[in-house]
Amino acid sequence: MPATFTRTPADIERKDPGIGGKPPVDRRPTGGGGGDDNWDNHPQGRRGPRELLTRYRLGLFFALAGDLMFFIALVGAFFVRQNAGHFDPRDNYVSDWHPLAVPPILWINTAVLLLSSGTIEIARRHLFHEVDVMEEWLGLGRPAVRRASPWLMGTAVLGVIFLAGQWIAWQQLESQGLFFASNQNSHFFYLITATHGIHLVLGIVALVGALCALFLLRRVEMRQIVVDCTAWYWHTMGIFWIFLFVLLTYFQ
Amino acid sequence: MRIQLQQTMQRHRGLFTTDHRTIGIRYLLLSLLAVAIGTVLSIFMRIHIVSPDLKLPLFGQIPPEGYLALVTMHGTLMVFFVLTTAPVNGFASLILPSQIGAQRMALPLLNAASFWLTSLSLTVLLAAFFVPGGAPISGWTNYPPLSAIAAAGPGQATGMDLWLVSIGIFCFASILSAVNMLTTIVSKRCEGMTLLRMPLTVWSWLVTGVLILFAFSILFAAVALLLSDRHLATGFFVPTGEVINGLLLDRANSHANGSPMLWLNLFWFFGHPEVYIAVLPSMGLTSSLLANFTRRPVFGYRFMVATTLLIGVFGLLVWGHHMFVSGMNPYAGTAFSLMTMAIAIPSSGKVLGWLAMLLRGRDSRVHPMPTPMLFTFGFLSFFIAGGLTGPILAQPILDAYLHNTYFVVAHFHLIMAMAGAFSLFAAVYYWFPLMTGRLMHETLGKWHFWLSLIGAYATFFPMHFAGLAGQPRHYAQLIGSTSTFLSSLLPLQTGITHSALFLASAQLLFLANLAWSARRGKPAGSNPWRATTLEWASDLTQCRVVRGPYEYNFQSNLSDFVMQCAAEPEQE
Amino acid sequence: MSAIFGLIPLALSTDRVWWMPSNGALHGLAIDHLMWWNLAILSALFVLAHILLITALFRSRPLKLHHSDGQQEEESRDRGRKVADKLWKSELILLFALTLLYTWMAISAQRLWATIRYQGAAPQALQVEVTGEQFQWYFRYPGTDAAFGLTRPELINAPAGNPLGIDRTDPHSTDDIISSILVLPAGREVDLNLRSIDVIHGFFIPGMRLKQNAVPGMPMHIHFTPSIPGDYAILCSQVCGLGHARMQTHLRVVSNDEYLTWLASHAPKPIEGATR
Repeated sequence: MPATFTRTPADIERKDPGIGGKPPVDRRPTGGGGGDDNWDNHPQGRRGPRELLTRYRLGLFFALAGDLMFFIALVGAFFVRQNAGHFDPRDNYVSDWHPLAVPPILWINTAVLLLSSGTIEIARRHLFHEVDVMEEWLGLGRPAVRRASPWLMGTAVLGVIFLAGQWIAWQQLESQGLFFASNQNSHFFYLITATHGIHLVLGIVALVGALCALFLLRRVEMRQIVVDCTAWYWHTMGIFWIFLFVLLTYFQ
Repeated sequence: MRIQLQQTMQRHRGLFTTDHRTIGIRYLLLSLLAVAIGTVLSIFMRIHIVSPDLKLPLFGQIPPEGYLALVTMHGTLMVFFVLTTAPVNGFASLILPSQIGAQRMALPLLNAASFWLTSLSLTVLLAAFFVPGGAPISGWTNYPPLSAIAAAGPGQATGMDLWLVSIGIFCFASILSAVNMLTTIVSKRCEGMTLLRMPLTVWSWLVTGVLILFAFSILFAAVALLLSDRHLATGFFVPTGEVINGLLLDRANSHANGSPMLWLNLFWFFGHPEVYIAVLPSMGLTSSLLANFTRRPVFGYRFMVATTLLIGVFGLLVWGHHMFVSGMNPYAGTAFSLMTMAIAIPSSGKVLGWLAMLLRGRDSRVHPMPTPMLFTFGFLSFFIAGGLTGPILAQPILDAYLHNTYFVVAHFHLIMAMAGAFSLFAAVYYWFPLMTGRLMHETLGKWHFWLSLIGAYATFFPMHFAGLAGQPRHYAQLIGSTSTFLSSLLPLQTGITHSALFLASAQLLFLANLAWSARRGKPAGSNPWRATTLEWASDLTQCRVVRGPYEYNFQSNLSDFVMQCAAEPEQE
Repeated sequence: MSAIFGLIPLALSTDRVWWMPSNGALHGLAIDHLMWWNLAILSALFVLAHILLITALFRSRPLKLHHSDGQQEEESRDRGRKVADKLWKSELILLFALTLLYTWMAISAQRLWATIRYQGAAPQALQVEVTGEQFQWYFRYPGTDAAFGLTRPELINAPAGNPLGIDRTDPHSTDDIISSILVLPAGREVDLNLRSIDVIHGFFIPGMRLKQNAVPGMPMHIHFTPSIPGDYAILCSQVCGLGHARMQTHLRVVSNDEYLTWLASHAPKPIEGATR
């Protein structure tokens, strides 16, 4: 994609420091934009890595806020349906909600997902460990990348295990005869787990992309940003899953 | 501005550029295409109502489902691709970064992706005209089961699917664009630009961005659920025992028991914030332009900010007023009605503020009543006209008579279409120098304004009477067993059609003006309107904001205006 | 132009809103009254606002440029502040007045809404079932046994003469009367059981100031009292497909005797010698 999207001069003019520019560590006492102690002095075009990171985190935050509204719409539909019955020909109210027992493997899946949140957080922290980051910034090898990559790979593996577990859960339900279109709330079970699953697939794609980026990107700030945003996305999907899991287990 | 303009001219060669100005102009061209198509559709609609047997060139006679397809596509094009794209994506891309002192957007790649996705969405939507069955016929609101079942009518099969896919893509593009806008406003403001020094246009884009995040996500979910109902045999919106065209639909013995009301709630939870998304940027622009052309600061800047925020928040809580007679609990009707009345208060506050600005303003000798100012007047006039019928429709007992009649059509066309369009015209005439370095032709602009104003009132004001008479919406012809009741309205409808033709023709002046002025317009200086906001600043690289956004004649012993980032007041 | 002249007859009577069809319902008078006042007040506000706008459009106050005199500057700043204060105060007073206006509108409307919609019909109201189907309204009267027969969706077959899917094995359905026009006696409250079998339709009787959507899967009740005999149009107000514009029928409000005669003439007669 960089090849097809042309960049503005402001982008090109920005310095590309293998060396020089501002080091990507969050050290307050000295630093700032112009060498003085005024931390609020952020002149245009001389912004530091911290602003870049904040910008991308903000973008991710707003995108996830929209995503949250999407899930809220589905959950809202869930509750509406739960309380909707119909009147039979004799004018008796009949509820159509048939709660289904959540396959126990979902508990294991939840544990796996929480564990994966832990591993990716460890990976993220390695990328912000000051000593390693300074070494990378000075061009002395890539210790942070070396330390973080196994954890990222582990997260991806755990993510795939989670998705496999979800698939097994679906198979278990189908063997009981509950398909997507079987009854109202089986719709929701499949819909909710599938939507979350799709988000998680996107997360795994991002993880693989982050792994590649760790070795391909030249600037340490960009490596930090890629892993940081992927990690926060992954955590958010984990939190969403906890809410959805509680919904499916206890609120049917 | 000169430097920025030159840079834009150099950069706009790339097809996939991430330059925000180029993307902004492309968005506006997209909207121009959409509004042209939408206007042509509406002319066909109007002609059909009064002369149903007329054979149109290229189309032949329009069948009843053809009329409904025209209505549906007209509404969709105008609401999404004109009134959401132009004020929010188009002008924000063009102007927002400069107004906060930034050189580019926070996430330019996202901006470019959003534009291309919106273009894809328009293409998919227009493809609905060419598939077997034609375009969907259920109105832009697409209530199920009419929209959920392909057998319910012509155009409800592939045409409806294309509509859903198109709007799904549009939702996604809008969310990306809102993420970009919000991130830009929060993180890319230049030094000294505190929140309370931002121009009101930026405030409106901020609130609009949040509304887009909330509203379009819900629409995305609703569209996904409807597509699932149509193709995956689920029953979110289709009730049990549905019989259409003699076919009993039983979704795999599942007692589908869906609820069409679920769609109504989801759609209108999106639909009401959508109209505020369409109109809030116009309100911000009106405040800015009134300050600029009356050469006085905005009257009650903090008050205007507060009303913008209130309108945004309240706008999320009033969706039920579209559903008073749709089967909602009457108690809920009362709750939504009170909330809707409440939203009238900040809106009225804004209008009073604008009127105050007009009454105490002083005109400048240099540009007596320029065209952007005239169109701002037009916006105010239409906003008041359309806005005043809002409280009537907010009362369920009166809405029970007026719902889905021409009264509602008059209301939203005056306040959303005409006010929104006039505000877009004002924006184009005002920011044309930023896009091309030239001014638009004044005389043509004035003719455009007066003819459009007269045409718009002549078209939409009589619709109030048709509505009071009880004529429902979406009627292709005034015939049927109660034809004496309906056909008495034919003279009124004929008058409306003639006015609509007149109004549409007046827009040719605008197109001619655009084309002519882009090449031959009078060269504008770097700040032809002598404005204080930063998009007119000559050089933004060392920008440091030290004052509020509207310091026109703020201190009587100084010059007429002070640019926001100037260190010393400029001498006249 | 006629729009402006039309405001004159508007002023002649508060009971009749210009352009609205004549009212035939009991509660219609109160609705028309409310509508008249709303339109009158809002039209007045519209005119007032436009007077202000047009004044501002054609007025031109010259720009006061540099003051060299310090004292004059001081005075003009004071004057400016006083003007701003006055303007601010008048704006807030106007806003407060508008708030009171909106509050009055909301409360008066909610009271009327509550009396009409919060409660169901009286138990002795006449029961009629209204069914919307693409693209026809059907009305079903319960007949002498005052009970509606059962309907099943799988029995719906309009070409075979059973558009509502009435279950003929149910004894209650033998005396049900089905009509495509609605005939009602004047002065008696009627409770409509509104339903739809395919898509959402809008049941709209302009002359009775009545509208309610018929939603499939959601039978709904609305009640009103037709008081003035006459013929009123019934229209469909929610787009329901290509026949939406033709989905019309009539409401005939007649005297009680005429109504009973009509009912009797339409009651299904058993065929001699037929067995069930």
